[in-house]
Amino acid sequence: MVKFRIRRYNGKKSYWQTFEVPAKRGMTVLEALYYIKENYDSSLAFRASCRMGICGSCAMKINDRPRLACETQVLTLGNTVKVEPLDNFKVIKDLITEFDEFFEKHKAVKPYLIRKNDNYAEPKELLQTPKELNEYYLFTLCIKCGACYSVCPAAATLDEYLGPAAMTAAYRFCADSRDEGQRERYQIASSPSGVWRCHLAMECSEVCPKNVEPAKAVQLLRRKTAFSILKSLLGW
Amino acid sequence: MEHDIVIVGAGIAGMRAAIAAAEKSRKLSIALIAKTYPIRCHSVCAEGGTAAVLREGDSFDLHAWDTVKGSDFLADQDAVEFFVRECPVEIIRLENWGCPWSRNEDGTIAQRPFGGHSFNRATYAKDRTGFHEVHTLYERMLMYDNIEIFPEYFITNLAIEDGRVQGVSAIHLKTGYMEFFQAKAVIFATGGAGRLYGFTTYSHQVTGDGLAIAYRNGIPLKDMEFFQFHPTGLIPSGILMTEGCRGEGGYLLNKNGERFMKKYAPEKMEVAPRDVVSRAMWTEIMEGRGFEGEYGPYIALDLRHLGEEKIEERLPLIRDAAIKFAGVDPVEEPIPVKPVAHYTMGGIDTNVRCETAVKGFFVAGECACVSIHGANRLGSNSTAECLVFGRVAGEVAAEYALNAEQGKISAEFRQKEEKRIFDDLLGKNGDESPYQIKKELNETMDNNMWIFREEKGLKEAVKKIQELKERYRNVEINDKSRGFNTDLTSAIEIGYMLDLAEVVAIGALKRKESRGAHYRLDYPKRDDENWLKHTIAYYTPEGPKFDYKPVVITKWEPVERKY
Repeated sequence: MVKFRIRRYNGKKSYWQTFEVPAKRGMTVLEALYYIKENYDSSLAFRASCRMGICGSCAMKINDRPRLACETQVLTLGNTVKVEPLDNFKVIKDLITEFDEFFEKHKAVKPYLIRKNDNYAEPKELLQTPKELNEYYLFTLCIKCGACYSVCPAAATLDEYLGPAAMTAAYRFCADSRDEGQRERYQIASSPSGVWRCHLAMECSEVCPKNVEPAKAVQLLRRKTAFSILKSLLGW
Repeated sequence: MEHDIVIVGAGIAGMRAAIAAAEKSRKLSIALIAKTYPIRCHSVCAEGGTAAVLREGDSFDLHAWDTVKGSDFLADQDAVEFFVRECPVEIIRLENWGCPWSRNEDGTIAQRPFGGHSFNRATYAKDRTGFHEVHTLYERMLMYDNIEIFPEYFITNLAIEDGRVQGVSAIHLKTGYMEFFQAKAVIFATGGAGRLYGFTTYSHQVTGDGLAIAYRNGIPLKDMEFFQFHPTGLIPSGILMTEGCRGEGGYLLNKNGERFMKKYAPEKMEVAPRDVVSRAMWTEIMEGRGFEGEYGPYIALDLRHLGEEKIEERLPLIRDAAIKFAGVDPVEEPIPVKPVAHYTMGGIDTNVRCETAVKGFFVAGECACVSIHGANRLGSNSTAECLVFGRVAGEVAAEYALNAEQGKISAEFRQKEEKRIFDDLLGKNGDESPYQIKKELNETMDNNMWIFREEKGLKEAVKKIQELKERYRNVEINDKSRGFNTDLTSAIEIGYMLDLAEVVAIGALKRKESRGAHYRLDYPKRDDENWLKHTIAYYTPEGPKFDYKPVVITKWEPVERKY
């Protein structure tokens, strides 16, 4: 039996509740949450979908660290497992947090390929070598689970900070050989809510379940942004 | 709320439909509603590739023939011929929108072999094809000001009044209150029904909501007895191990270390179509040649000979998932797998224009049955279908909406729907747990409606499902609160699943032949004389009523299917 201490919230008050779950090898925290919901307390609310670490629904704080519940094995966590909603997000109910703003911030960096000749009706294949693909591929792997944002000290203190996931998306498109929208994104990245707010705590990279390295993306974006500012100052 | 077009479901088909409609006219107001945030949809789980004829040596006729033969001749050939011609441009569009397709050294888009295809035409982005397609579509969608996203709205009903669609009702999960979306046109792109099964590759959210809602509203379902079992589900979770594993050269081995596919499909071996490979694996298991493990017998998926470099380059997600969820590194050890419920070939009856029996109501993607997959879908044709028919649905709905009157949902419909959900279901007392009912449903599907079926088991299943439906009338939802009441939404989903399971079971019982994924031990041959036809199921309060309609054949008469 493994003890699950879950921080719950019902819209009015926050409280802890403990459940005992018969855990065996292979059981994930997400399966344990379903076990609790289906056997002990069906009001327990959490998000989940793919249960294979690709949809980004089930990031939560498990034993003080943000992780995907679906890919965290219960038996690696000891006799007591503490489960809480992500930090830096407003709690709606139990483990479910407000993500609208997080997605708004992602949208704010223009996270799409910008091309002058966008031919919807008759698109032509654009070439991209494997080497060019590898320039940005790592940063396409972000599943927008919010783990990075939940540990970001800059996001904790400044509501407007766009955060590591959005910055990663900005860099991902700027580094794509097919993109022509760098200038617009550098402007957004160098705004007061952009890359210069990052404290370089690097915790985002530490907790990213997909090893996307958002801190590296922020660093690279800073370099590009600085260079772009310099270029415009010198009139290049 | 009022929109020109309401799209339900934000996977590949739904988002592609939204973009297509927005491209048709920037003046149309388009609402995209889904019970998750768009990038949390099940389409992200698609791994191996998307089929398209891109290179010399391949042809539309070849892709169409592979698809028709794969379907065991139940696909409508006019639909297939249309479909294959539209695939390539969708690949290039995604490319132009930023999709990180894997590339050849010269920078062109790469393609890999896939089951049942006689040309390497699965276009892929490593083994995260669906994930990248979803993110590309989502991000592209953000460019259109006339698409408004309503994430985490749980759909409860379709309003059909005065002989046309008027809109949909949905619970806004955050507040728990019901919202009514009035529209000129409604598109369902709500996905399949895979969670009917216990051992499945499907996301938790895939509960057949759109299928059941359409069905209950009198719109018929087609060919629901055809469920696909993917050969390689990871043990114990059922997580998909892509067909790309075998496309890249992986072996299937029984406990004697034999590549047993040589007995079942000597030419295609491991890359025969899924129904053939799944049956072969299950036969090996039933005849005692599976490996014994703590979760029962299994087959080994061996990638070791591909080497670490190729596995990392082509199959990184597979390696990561096998390590995290099964404690097995495919570089070092074979992966334990067995066949797993994977795809709903059947769906809401529609045509190549995504139209249905109701004016203004369109369907696309896995919830739809055009039919291009017939009795067995080929790998990499599903994401392609979502792109092609998502686009068609968006365009056709847009044309329709530009000339239609605004839908109006009557006060009577609103009151009835609120009463049905909040008084009759949430407010009711009872002594049945919806989760217990779901558990028993999953067991019945896994036991009696699996790869090999026979009359006795199917009859038992029908009886069991009817018993569960009866018990469902007496469920009690313990959580009586409003906001994010996932107890309520789970119970509604289970109600949807029960209706669909009944259609699957009775349809399977009636179809006295073996075709594609539907295999009857008591009728082991395909019977074109009596059964070369689509099953059509209509809802009645007493249970489904069945009818049949002919298959469209253009170029290819049915022949024996060998691989």
